[in-house]
Formats: sequence, structure tokens, C-alpha cells
Amino acid sequence: MSNWQLTDLMQRPSAPQREQGSTYWRDLDWVLLIAAACVTLYGALLVWSGSLANYTSGGDTTSFVKKHLITVLASIPMGYVASRLNHRWLRAYTPYLYAICLAFMLAPFIPHLGARIAGARAWVSLPGGFTLQPSEFMTIALILAMSAVLSEKRDIESEPNNRDVRLALLLAVIPLLIDLAQNDTGTSLIMATVVVAVIAVSGAKRSWVVGLLALGIGGGLLAARLHLLKTHQIARLTSFVNPGSDTTGSAYNALQARIAIGGGQVTGYGLFHGPQTQGHFVPVNVSDFVFTVSGEEMGFLGSILLLILLAVIVWRALLIAFRADDLYGRLVATGITAWFAFQIFENIGMTMGIMPITGIPLPLVSAGGTSMMATWIGIGLLMNIRLHAVRSAP
Amino acid sequence: MWAAMPTEGVSVHGRSNWRLLILGVLIASLLATLAARLFYLQVISGSTYRAQAHENSVREVVNPAVRGLILDQLGRPLVSNQTSMGVTVDRHALRLQKDHGAAVISRLAGVLGVTPASITDKLAPCGTPGAKRPPICWNGPTYQPVPVATKVPVQTAITIMEMRSEFPGITAQMDASRTYPSPFGANAAHLLGYLGPVTQSQLNTQGTSLDPNRLRSTDLIGRTGLEKQYDTALRGKPAVTTFSVDTAGHVLSTLDQQPATPGNYVVTSIDAKLQAVVEKQLAAAIDRAHTQGFPGVAGAAVVVDVRTGRILSMASYPTYDPSIWVGGVSKTQYDQLMKSNALNFNAMQGLYAPGSTFKAISTAAAGTQGFNLYGTYPCPNQLKIGSQTFRNFESSGFGPISLKRALEVSCNTVFYGISDKMWNAAGGVKANANSPDPIAKTAKMFGLGSPTGIDLPGESTGRVSSRAFKEANWQAHKNAWCANALSGYPTLRKTNPTLADYYTSLDKENCANGFLWRPGDALNQAIGQGDTAVTPLQMAMVYAAVANGGTVYEPTVAKAIVDPTGKVVQEITPKVKSHVNVPKSVFTFLHNALPGVAENGSAKGDFVGFPLSKIPIAAKTGSAQVSGNKVSTSWFATYAPANNPKYAVLMMVSQGGTGAGTSGPSVRKIYEALFGVNGTSVDPTKSVLFGDAPQTQLPKIRSDGTPVVPKGAGSGVGGGG
Repeated sequence: MSNWQLTDLMQRPSAPQREQGSTYWRDLDWVLLIAAACVTLYGALLVWSGSLANYTSGGDTTSFVKKHLITVLASIPMGYVASRLNHRWLRAYTPYLYAICLAFMLAPFIPHLGARIAGARAWVSLPGGFTLQPSEFMTIALILAMSAVLSEKRDIESEPNNRDVRLALLLAVIPLLIDLAQNDTGTSLIMATVVVAVIAVSGAKRSWVVGLLALGIGGGLLAARLHLLKTHQIARLTSFVNPGSDTTGSAYNALQARIAIGGGQVTGYGLFHGPQTQGHFVPVNVSDFVFTVSGEEMGFLGSILLLILLAVIVWRALLIAFRADDLYGRLVATGITAWFAFQIFENIGMTMGIMPITGIPLPLVSAGGTSMMATWIGIGLLMNIRLHAVRSAP
Repeated sequence: MWAAMPTEGVSVHGRSNWRLLILGVLIASLLATLAARLFYLQVISGSTYRAQAHENSVREVVNPAVRGLILDQLGRPLVSNQTSMGVTVDRHALRLQKDHGAAVISRLAGVLGVTPASITDKLAPCGTPGAKRPPICWNGPTYQPVPVATKVPVQTAITIMEMRSEFPGITAQMDASRTYPSPFGANAAHLLGYLGPVTQSQLNTQGTSLDPNRLRSTDLIGRTGLEKQYDTALRGKPAVTTFSVDTAGHVLSTLDQQPATPGNYVVTSIDAKLQAVVEKQLAAAIDRAHTQGFPGVAGAAVVVDVRTGRILSMASYPTYDPSIWVGGVSKTQYDQLMKSNALNFNAMQGLYAPGSTFKAISTAAAGTQGFNLYGTYPCPNQLKIGSQTFRNFESSGFGPISLKRALEVSCNTVFYGISDKMWNAAGGVKANANSPDPIAKTAKMFGLGSPTGIDLPGESTGRVSSRAFKEANWQAHKNAWCANALSGYPTLRKTNPTLADYYTSLDKENCANGFLWRPGDALNQAIGQGDTAVTPLQMAMVYAAVANGGTVYEPTVAKAIVDPTGKVVQEITPKVKSHVNVPKSVFTFLHNALPGVAENGSAKGDFVGFPLSKIPIAAKTGSAQVSGNKVSTSWFATYAPANNPKYAVLMMVSQGGTGAGTSGPSVRKIYEALFGVNGTSVDPTKSVLFGDAPQTQLPKIRSDGTPVVPKGAGSGVGGGG
């Protein structure tokens, strides 16, 4: 271990055969893929159980989970496409992608088209009862756009210059403000985390990193102090600080979520048998609070397994960032890693009462088409970067 | 180009690598935090959350089991149950109504003849806004139908049940409550005890138990007497239906159904007919005290089978009507009870100086110390010890007399003399706490100074005056005594310097020598005065032990616990507490000497015309002085027949006068009833006890739960008697 170097992390898998295409399936990160598939399947079971409470008066009790599986089946091909995109092509079309996503983000403001869910006006209603949350795709577009800007025109010695960083920040600020305007605190937090991670790993001057961290922390505190946050944001945040304060609003959610998870104890009540889940005591337990179903019905054993699988996904994503063969790939993979990791932490953390309640789903587990699609596209992009690195290895 | 990375740490790539690694470490720590929190919630505090989840989603409907009966030795119910119609309201059914049940409640108020507001007050859970104070508000589980009316006329109940559609959520059903048949007029309130609501601390000690048989805030439990002692057996197990509900209160599924197990019966050794006689005679003794102009504030009587220690009867004055507790006692009633001290079970909770009844113990102690039980002892009218003079009762002297005669006439000076000799033999003032103290030792062997162990809650321990007690008492109080001796009562001195001087001198003496066991202490000890304090029950057990030759039983009231079909669940067999280790000759002497008290001694007047030749009564009177009271405590301790002891009978009246004058006549009446005495003839078939003896068999119980009282014994209730 004494002569371990950071670059050891960057050992790429050897690629004895280099013919394009024929090695695609072999060079995929199967560990990541299997972990993601397991989490998706496990999540479908949780969604099924969590949705049962909606059918106390009869009806097809599997209809909701069927809809969920349809979105899963629609999402995986999107990931496949993302894994096969050519880097040059991707970089070339990133500005358009960014612009389209930004326009899409404004759609919820259009009357009749936008939907207000849980106090946040960040959804677009689609026919068939589906809804889309454009800001989820915006996160991807932002990661791609910032990575492109920060890895542009780079030679070995130069770090991203101030102009690059300023441009990247400008790209980030626009969707961030829209998110805030839509009361979508959760997505804003994720975007902010991604921005700091990408700029830091790009090698930008330390002052940028320190400044951004200070701005993020200071701004958050100031916003809360000045009551800039709208009432639902305050309620959600204070219910985290003071969970006994309001038993019908957010504090009620937080308390019922903790009762569900804690009550699962070591082995859980068994799938479909959690009283908190089946009695509908935890709201939105198919989407934002899906982890409570795992906690209550699968117990500590099932839930720590889920946590380990999610950790494997994040670990593989981080490894792909390390082993990327260019800065662009590294920054895209870093952004996706930060996005996944923070969203997992925020979502599970809020169900367990250690994070404020913000309406964001658990990747690959929660019901909700946009998140499922965005996550699989993210996985596809990670594969894309890995395949690029493997093929360029000596 | 990216691959050919320079390794110097300052380069852009090196910086990127380090920052990525830091990001990885941050992410790892976030995920570890999640795992730790998960472990904390589920593994460490999981049980608390599970209890909360249970509270959220599990609802119970509880119907208490019918409480078991308490029977006398022949199966006559002393405590029974009465059923009446009650009306309950299911609040959740009402809530489903369009108007939240307002119309239903107003209809119900109409048929019950009350105002709708009085019903809604009862439905409001305690602590919610607008709810009245307990006991008006509802203090029970959320899903429990709320009782809004009791003792409803049957016709009203039928009306409600016939018009189901008019009264959704309203149920009329049978309620059981305690009733006291009082066979032969026996009250037995203290023995039986009463029921009261579960206290919060009892609920707290259960913690978060989910046991369907746990105590609930709506439960009644035994608070005193047999109801408390055998509460678990009597209570049975409630019918509990457990079902799960969702957040809106809809029933999801029935989780468990437990049928009710009715409470078991407690069969006692109490004889209702005898109990009635004893209570009547205790009341008569109190009246006798009052007629003589004495306060007669408290009294007790005990009849015990000396061969088993089973209590046949136990009564206490003042007493109360146990049925006032049914349905909740009113504040006025409760204050009245507290003011009159009627709740005290004086027979086993009151502590009194035993006076001359203690002389049987002093005699036994003398027997162990080599005193000649058949010798002659001087009985002057007073005895001078040092500077103090100790007088005989009513200052009469009898000259030199036998020890038997000393017991008959209750000569204090004989026992003073004996005790003074023992005191000198132990070393006089030089003796220490470990020196022999034969009278105290014998008293303790007879069970004084320790609980009898009766199967009733709350008995007093009492104490035995002794050298060791005085030493311990000094240790406990010397600091206060010495402090007062030093300060000299400055406040009192301002108003009354003479009294302050007197108190100061007393405290000086106590501070310096308060541990000293002086001759005066020894003399008082021998005649049951001084620090000795006993319960009437303890003294009854002393005479039972004298009667049976030295076996001190733990007295028992219950004989068995049987289920409602008569199957024996638990038999309560006589238990020996201790043996009195004195020579057999001592008991032989007492068996010969004590009947003389009734024939020829202090109780002679009480037994004029009583067939003592057929039923010799061993007796000892007592008229104990109590400091502060001018009127002595009347004691009458006996057992009979002296030649073949069966029963010990004891009566005590506090501030009642002499033993013979106040209690004696009542004890005689109790013996007449026990043995079937009519004038001078004895007819065992006339005994108040069925078959002239305590029952050895348990009463039979029919399959429907009704006990069978033997033909000829009489149920003691109703016109047939």
C-alpha cells in the first residue's frame, strides 16, 4: 500500500479486442447494470405494495404497478440509446438539448398543461394519467452542458479559466431560478450539488469551489432567515427541525414515515403486511416516501440490502468518473454521481427524519416516469463514458 | 493525452483526482449516515416505533369478563354481580352519518329522557377542546363504544334495539356490576374490599404492553380487601376483538378475536351467618361503650379456627355500605367515608396497646425462665421500684397468690415482680441490646411485631416493646432530642418558660440516657403497655397459638379459587408462620389457668349462666391504658373449648372501657351462637355453623355458575332466609 497512487484508481479494464460494436455487451459495467436492475425490481415490489392501499374498495390491485412497469420498460431503451451516442455528436447537440429542456421546464407555467403536485408547480400533465417533471431532464442537460463548457479547449497545464466557470455558472443559474420559482426545492438542491461537484472536479481554482460552497450554505441559511421560502417550503423544513409541531401537515408525514420504518424492526412485517403502509398512514408512499414501504415491510435486512445496492451504483458511477479517458467524460460521470448520491441521501434521509422533506423521488425505486427515465438515461451515459474509456485504453 | 497523466499533485489533473476522491469520501460518509440512522430507527428503537404503529393502526373492542363471585364457606355469595341494561354509542359509526350523528343523538336523548348535550359531553374524549373533565369525558380507547347510560329500563333498551335504522351505532347491552347480597345481613365490607378505576401509575407500569389481557383505563380493579388480593383471579379475561384500520378509520381486517373468560370464584372460610352475628355483637359492644359514656371510636372482632388459622369471621367498626362504590362514589360520600375513618380495617390495620391480654405471653416467658408456674407470688396493690410507684389496676391487692389466680384477677404487680427479676438477671441498667429480653423474645415468637401474613392487603406490622427497640428508637431520635436539649425551646420559652423547662429537662434526659432500658420499661412491657402495639388480628393469632399448643398460622380468608364450573384452580392450604418454642408445660398451665378467668376471675360476670362445664372458655381480659386517652382500650381474648380448642374469639373496642364490661358480653353471645348454647343447654344442631364445624369441603357449583348452598344451611337472602 505504501506506493499506492491515486492514479491506481484509474486502471482501465484491458480491452484485447477493439473492434467497434462487437465488444459493446462485454464491456458494459455489468456490476452497475445488475445492481440497477435489482433495485428496479425491488422498487417495483415496493410500489406494488404501497399502491394496494388505494384499492381498499376493489378494482385491479395490480393496475398501478403495471403502469409503473410500463415506465420501466420505456426507460431502459432510453438508457441504451444514451450509452451508444457518439461523444462528438453529444457535445455538438448539447446546446440544443439544453435549450429544449429549458423551454420544457417553463411548460408547467402554461395554464391547463401544468400540474401542481405537493405544492410544487413543476409537473406537466400527459394523457393517460401520466405526468412529467421536466426539471429531471434539465439536470441531465445541465450536467452535459457544464461538462462541455468546462472541458473545452483544454491543454494539459491550463485549468478552466474564469470565463469558462462563469459561463458554466450562468448555465446553472437559469434552471435553478426556474426551479425555485416553481417551488421545487428538492430539484434545486440536487442541481446546486451537481454544479459544485462538477466545477470542483473540473480543476477550477480553489476560490471558485470555496466561494460556491459558502454561497450555497450561506444562501440557504439566509433564505430561511428572511422567509424567502414560500410557506410550504418553510413548513417542510421546520417540520424536520421540530417534528412534533404539526401532526396533520409535513410533521405528520415525517412522524408517520419514521413510525413505519422503525416499526419494521429487523425483519419487517413482510411484503403487503405493513400496517402503516397498508393503512395509508404514510402519504405518497409509492413515490417520495417509497423507502418507508421497504423499512416497514422488509425490515432492516431488506432495507440495508437496498441501501447497499444503491451504494454499489454510486460506487460504480464514481469509478467510471475516475477512469474516464477525458475531462468531458469525467465531468459528466461526476455530475451523474453527485446527482444520484445526493438524491438518494436526500430522499432516504427525509423518510428517516435526518433531512428536510422535499419532494424528490428515490432513483429507480419511486413510481414516477420522469425520474425513472432520467435515471436510466444517466446510467446509459455512464456506460457510454466507460465504453469510450475502454476503447481508448492502450 | 488525458491518459498520460503527470503525477505531480499541483497539476490540474492531480487536483481533479483529489477533488473526485474527496467527493467519493463525502458520498461514502453520507451513505454511512443513512445506514447508521436506519440501524438506529429499526434495530435500536424499533420496538417503540412498532408500539406506535400498533397504536395507529390496531383497534380493539373490549368487553370485560364477568367478574368472579366471592363466596362464604357454604357457597353463599358475599359479592355477586347484577346485570342491567346499558347503552353505548359507537362514535365512528356516528361520524359516518351526514350530520355526524346529531340527529341520532337527539333521538337517543329523547328516548333516554336526557338532553343531547349530556350525551355529547360523554362522547368527547378527555383532553380534546371543549371536553368536560373526567369522569364526564371519555377516557377510554378510541374505538371502544362509549357508555352513555346505565340502568336503562328494559323497555327503552328494547325500543333502541328494535329500531336499528333509527339508531345507527347505538347499542343496548347487558352491563354487569358488583352487588352485595349481604346474607343474614352480614356486611363484611372491609374483608370484601371494593373496585375502583385503574390508576395512571398502574397503567404506566405496564409500559407499552400489547397483551390483550392488559389493564385498560376503563377497567375496574380491586382496590382493597379480597377484591384486591385476588384481583387477577376474579377479573378473568376480557373479550377482545382486534382489527386493523387505515388512516381514515376504515376497518381493513380482523386480526384477532379472543372470547371472554369469566372470572374465577374465591371461596372463603368466612361463614356469613357467623359474620352477621359477630358484626351485630361488635355493634352491641360499641353501644355498650357509648352507654357507659365512653367514646368507643373503633372496634374489631375476629373469629379464627385455631386448628387451621382460617378466619371464620372478621369485623371492624366503623364500617360502611360497600355498594356505595358501585358506579363510582360521589365526592360527598367519599369525604364522609374519610371523615368517619370507616375505610380503615381496624381488625388488621389498627394498632393498639394489648394491655393485660399480653399477660399470656409474659406467663409463657416466665415459664421459659424457670419461674415456677405453680408457685406463689405476692400481689400487693402497688410496687415501688426506685423512686417510681407502679400500681395495680384499680389499686386492689390480693396478697400472695398463685400465678393462675394472678391471671384470673389480672394482677399487675405479680407480673411486675417477675419482669423486674428478669431485668435484674439480664444485667439491669448495664445490659445492652444483646442481653436476654425473654418477654420480647416470646412476644415475637407468638407473631407480634411482624405481619401475620393474612391474605389481605395492607395489614399493619405493629411493634414489641423491648430493649433493642428502645435502643433503635434512641438512635433514630437522639439528634433531635439533643438539639432541643441544647436550644431549650426558645420560641415556647417566650410564652411559657415553665413548660419549656420541663420539655428541655425531658430532652436532656432522653438525649443522654434515652437508650437505657429501665425497670419501668420492663414492668410496662410485662403487662402489654409501653411501646408494644398490636393489631386485633395479631392478638387473635396469639390466642389461637396458645390454644393449639404453639403453632402460629398465617391466617387465611380464602380457601380456594374455583372456576365458574366449580373446578378447583388453586387450593389455599393452611400455612404455618412459626412455632412458639416454649416448654409444653407452659401451654398445659395456660389451658388450666385461663378458663378460670371466665369461671372465677375478671370475666366471671360475663359468663354467668353459661354452661362452662360443657364448654370451658379460656379467656383473658384487657383494659389497656393509652397515653392521652382517659378511657382504656377494651380487650377480650378467648379460645374454646379450653379442653379441646376449636375457635379463638377476640374483641377490641378502642376507648371502650374495660374488657369485661364492654367486650365480654358480646364475646359470650358469639360463643352461644358458635356452640348452639340456649340458656344452660348446648345443642350442636343449633350452632350458627352448619354441621357445628367449619366446612372441610368446598361448596358445589352448578354448571350455570350458581353455587349450591346445602339444604338447611339457608342462603341468608330473600324472604325464605
